[in-house]
Amino acid sequence: MSEGAESPSELAARVKAGDRGAVARALNLVDDRRSARRADALVLLDALEGQGRGRRIGLTGAPGAGKSTLLDALATGLRARGRTVGILAVDPSSRKSGGALLGDRFRMGASARDAGVFFRSLAARDQLGGLAEVAGASVEVLAAAFDVVFVETVGVGQSEASVADFVDTLVFVAQPAAGDLLQFMKAGILEWPDVFFVNKSDLEGLATRTATELRAGLDLGRGEDPADRPPVLSGSARDGVGIDALIDALDAHHAKQDRTGEFRRRREAGRLARIESALVRRYGRFGLARLGGRPALEAFVAAHPARSAEGVIDALGARFEAGFAAKSEP
Amino acid sequence: MSPRPDSRADSRPVSRPEKPWLFRTYSGHSSARASNALYRSNLAKGQTGLSVAFDLPTQTGYDSDHPLARGEVGKVGVPICHIDDMQTLFDAIPLEQMNTSMTINATAAWLLALYVATAERQGGSARKLRGTTQNDIIKEYLSRGTFGFPPEASMRLTSEIVSYTVANVPDWNPINVCSYHLQEAGATPVQEIAFSMANAISLLDSLRASGDLRASGDLRASGDLRASGDLRDADLAKVFGRISFFLNAGIRFVEEMCKCRAMTALWEEIGRTRYGITDEKMLRLRYGVQVNSLGLTEAQPENNIVRIALEALGVTLSQRARARSLQLPAWNEALGLPRPWDQQLSLRTQQILAYETDLLEYDDLFDGSHVVERRTRELMDAARAELENVLAMGGAVAAVENAYMKQKLVESHTARIRAIESGALTVVGVNAYRETVESPLVQAGTSSILKVDESAERAQIESLRAFRSRRNAAEVATAIRQLEDAIRAGQNIMPPSIAAAKAGVTTGEWTEVLRRVFGEYRAPTGVAASSAAAASPADSQVRERVDALSQRLGRRLKILVGKPGLDGHSNGAEQIAVKARDAGMEVVYDGIRLTPEEIVQSARDEGVHVVGLSILSGSHGVLVVDVVERMKAAGLGAIPVVVGGIIPPEDARALERAGVRRVYTPKDFDLARIMGEIVDVVAEANRAA
Repeated sequence: MSEGAESPSELAARVKAGDRGAVARALNLVDDRRSARRADALVLLDALEGQGRGRRIGLTGAPGAGKSTLLDALATGLRARGRTVGILAVDPSSRKSGGALLGDRFRMGASARDAGVFFRSLAARDQLGGLAEVAGASVEVLAAAFDVVFVETVGVGQSEASVADFVDTLVFVAQPAAGDLLQFMKAGILEWPDVFFVNKSDLEGLATRTATELRAGLDLGRGEDPADRPPVLSGSARDGVGIDALIDALDAHHAKQDRTGEFRRRREAGRLARIESALVRRYGRFGLARLGGRPALEAFVAAHPARSAEGVIDALGARFEAGFAAKSEP
Repeated sequence: MSPRPDSRADSRPVSRPEKPWLFRTYSGHSSARASNALYRSNLAKGQTGLSVAFDLPTQTGYDSDHPLARGEVGKVGVPICHIDDMQTLFDAIPLEQMNTSMTINATAAWLLALYVATAERQGGSARKLRGTTQNDIIKEYLSRGTFGFPPEASMRLTSEIVSYTVANVPDWNPINVCSYHLQEAGATPVQEIAFSMANAISLLDSLRASGDLRASGDLRASGDLRASGDLRDADLAKVFGRISFFLNAGIRFVEEMCKCRAMTALWEEIGRTRYGITDEKMLRLRYGVQVNSLGLTEAQPENNIVRIALEALGVTLSQRARARSLQLPAWNEALGLPRPWDQQLSLRTQQILAYETDLLEYDDLFDGSHVVERRTRELMDAARAELENVLAMGGAVAAVENAYMKQKLVESHTARIRAIESGALTVVGVNAYRETVESPLVQAGTSSILKVDESAERAQIESLRAFRSRRNAAEVATAIRQLEDAIRAGQNIMPPSIAAAKAGVTTGEWTEVLRRVFGEYRAPTGVAASSAAAASPADSQVRERVDALSQRLGRRLKILVGKPGLDGHSNGAEQIAVKARDAGMEVVYDGIRLTPEEIVQSARDEGVHVVGLSILSGSHGVLVVDVVERMKAAGLGAIPVVVGGIIPPEDARALERAGVRRVYTPKDFDLARIMGEIVDVVAEANRAA
C-alpha cells in the first residue's frame, strides 16, 4: 500500500485499531520533513491526541547498563501478562555522514521478533532537540496502538529531562560500579526518575552497594515524604531476575498516578514543556516573548484541548511568522 | 633425513622421502547416502583422510524438519539427524582405520557422540578412533556464526570434550583452534596468530583452573585425569599436546609460510613459559590447513587453480612448520558447489606436490635464511604484543563479549576491501587484467557446478519422521532426562550423549536440552563501533546522492540488512552495513539466523526504504523468494529488495524474475558502486514521491 493512498484520518483509525502496518506508516509520516506531508502528520496527530491508551515508560541509563537486555526481559514479561508492547529506541550513534547503525533491535534479542512487540529505532541525527519532536510524536502514535510504550535513550544527565516530558514513568537503569553516588549526583540523575533498577545483580556485592547508595542519595536529594520516594529495585535482566517485581512497580506507579491525579498533571505539564521548548528552539526566547510568553502559551493550550502538541506548535509558529512578516514590511 | 650420503648430485635420492601430510577434501551434501558414495570414491582416488561438511541445521542443532532449517537441508553439507544417518554416512568405511575431521562446533559433543556410537555399532572401540572435532566456539562468535550457546557454556562444553577424549579417545584431536575463519573475517597474519593463541590459552586456562571438576565417574576411574584439584603436570602436557590448530593459507605465500613458522615458535614458547611444559613432543604445534576459499574469484575462475597450488605451497614448503593435513578448495567454489571432478583436481594438486616434486626429500629449506627469519620474528613480536593486549582485557572470552576482537576484524576487513577497490591490492582478473576471452570452463553454465537435488530436503524429512516413529519412545525420553540431569549436575556431557545417540535421540532434541539449560545467545556484531575508513571521492559522491535522495524522501534513507536462514557468514553483510552507514544511510542490521517472517516484520516496523539480504549457503532460491512474497503480502511490495551471495547467473535471473531488483555476487567488490545502485533502486521505487 503506498503512503499516499490513505487519508490521515483513515490512517489514524487504523493505528487506533492496532494495525501494525498502519503504525509503521504513521511513524514514517510523523518523521517526514516534507512540508506537504507535515500537514497530513498534523491531522493524524490531532486525531490521535488524547486517545492514547498506552502507558509511556522511559528507560534510560549509561551505555552498557543493560537497557536493551532489560527491555527484552520487560517485553517478554509483559507479553506473558497479555499486553502488547511498542518500543521506540533512540540510537545515539549517528555520524558526520548522517548515517547510523541502529543496533538496538539486534541487542534486544528474541522479543524484538515477537509478533506482539513493535520495535522502531530512531537515529539521533543532527541534534537532540529536533529528535525530541520526532520522538514525542512517535510516542503518541505508538501509545494509540499498544498497551505499553517504551522509549529507550542513552543518557546520563541532560537527556533525562527531555525524555521525562513525554513519558508517564521514567526508569533509570544503573550498572553496579564503585563510587556511583557521586556520579549520579553530579549528573543530576537523581532528580527525574520514578523507578531505579540496579541491573546485573549477579555482581552481588557491588549491586547491593549501588542500590544502598542510590537510596541514600534519594534521601538526601529528593524532599518528598519518604513513602513517596522512588523505589530502588535490583535484578538481573540477563537471567530474568527481578523483572516481575519491576513490572509490578511500574503498575503500582501508574495506579498511584491515576489515584492522585498526577497522571493528568504530568501529561499536561509535559505537553506544555514540549511545546515551549520547540517554540524556543525555532524562534528563541525573544520569539516566545513576542507571542506573549508562557501565560499566552498556557491560555492557547487550554483553549484548544483537542490539538496535538505538534499542532499547537505549528499554529503558534504560524502566528508568530505572520506577525513578524507584517511588521517588517513597509 | 639429509644429508643423503648415498645420493649423488645428478641422480634421484634413494632414501625414502618424508611421509606426506593427510590429504582431505571438505565435502558432504544432500544426504548421508550420497555423501557416503562421494567419500568412498574420494578414498579410492588416493585421499587419505575424510573431512565431513555438515549442513547448517546440523551445525546449529536443528532437525531437518525445523522451520529454521527450511531451504538449508543438505545444502552446504550433509544432514545428520540421528545415529542411522551417521551409520549410513560411514557405511563400509571402518572408523577404526579412518582419520576423520569433522567441522562441527556448537554441536561437537553430539556429533562426536554419534561418531563413537557408530564406531561401537561397527564393532570398533572408541580408544582406537582418530580424527578431529573442530569444537572452537570462540571463532564462531567472531566469524562463522554457527554458535548455539553463551560463551561460558560453550567453554564448558569444549573443555568437557577435551577431558573426555584425553581419557577415552587418546588419539583424538578434541579441538582445532581455528585461525582459518579469522583470516576469512579479515584478520591480518598478526591478528590471526594472536587471536587464535588467545583462544587456545583461554581454553587451557579454564581447564587448568577447573582441573576437570566435571569429569564423570568413568573418567575418574580411568585415572587419566584427576577428578578435582589442579591438573597434574603430566595431564596438562597431554592436553596441551592434543590441542591442534586449523589455519588458513592466503595468496601471499611467503608471508604465510613465515606465519606458520611464527605460530610454531610462539606455541612452543607459550607451552614452556605459561604452562611449564618440557616434553618436546607435546610442544610441537600441530595444524591442519584449508587454503583460502574466500579469496577465490568468480571472475576468470580458472585462475583459482594456480592460486590454490601456490597457497598449498605456502603451508608445506617449510619442513619445520609443515601442515599435518591439508584440504584444498575447488577452483569454482565462488560459483557454486563443486562437482566430484573439481574436487578430484584439488586432490591431484596435493598428490603432485607430495609425490612428483622433491618437496619431501629435504630438511627445512629456510633454516638460516635471514629474510625468512626476520619476517618470522616481526610477526612473532607483533603477535605477542597483541596477545598480551587481549590477555590484559581478560582473555579471548572477554574480548568476544566486549566485541574487541570482532571490531578489529571488521576494521581489517574494511581496509582490505578498500585496498581492492582502490587498486592498492592487485587481484588479477578482478581489479586488474580484466580483459578475458570466454572461458570454456564456465561456458557450460549450470553444468559447471553441482546442483543439490531440491528433493533431498523432502526425502531427508521423510526418513527422519520414519526414524522417529520406529524408535523406542520410552528409551528416548529416559535418555533425554538423564542428559539434562547430568548437565545440571555438572557432569561430563559425553557419556549421557553417547547413551542418547544409541537410544535414538535426534540432533534437534539433544540441542533443545542444551538450549533449555544454557539459554541461547546472540553474539555482538562488532559493526556498531567499527571506525570508518577515510572516504574516497566515490564515497563522497554517493554520500551527496544519499543526502539529496533523503531530502526528496522526507526522511533519511533507511536500509535493512538481513541474513535469512542459518548461514552465519556475516562478514559480507557487516561490510555492507558499515559501508551504508558511512554513505549516510540509517542502517538496521538484525544479525544472523532470521526467518523470512522476522525480516518482513523488521522491514515494516522500521519503515525502511530498501531491504538488502545476504546469503551464502545456497538456499537463496527458497528463502529470498519467500521474503519477497511475504513483503508483497504485507503490503510492502513497493519496497525494493536487493540480494548478495554466492548466486549462479541462472539463479540470479530467477530471483530477478521473482521481483528482486539487484543481485550481487563475489565479483562485485566495489562497495561504493553497490551503494550507488542502492540509491538508484530506491529512487526508482519512489519516483512518484
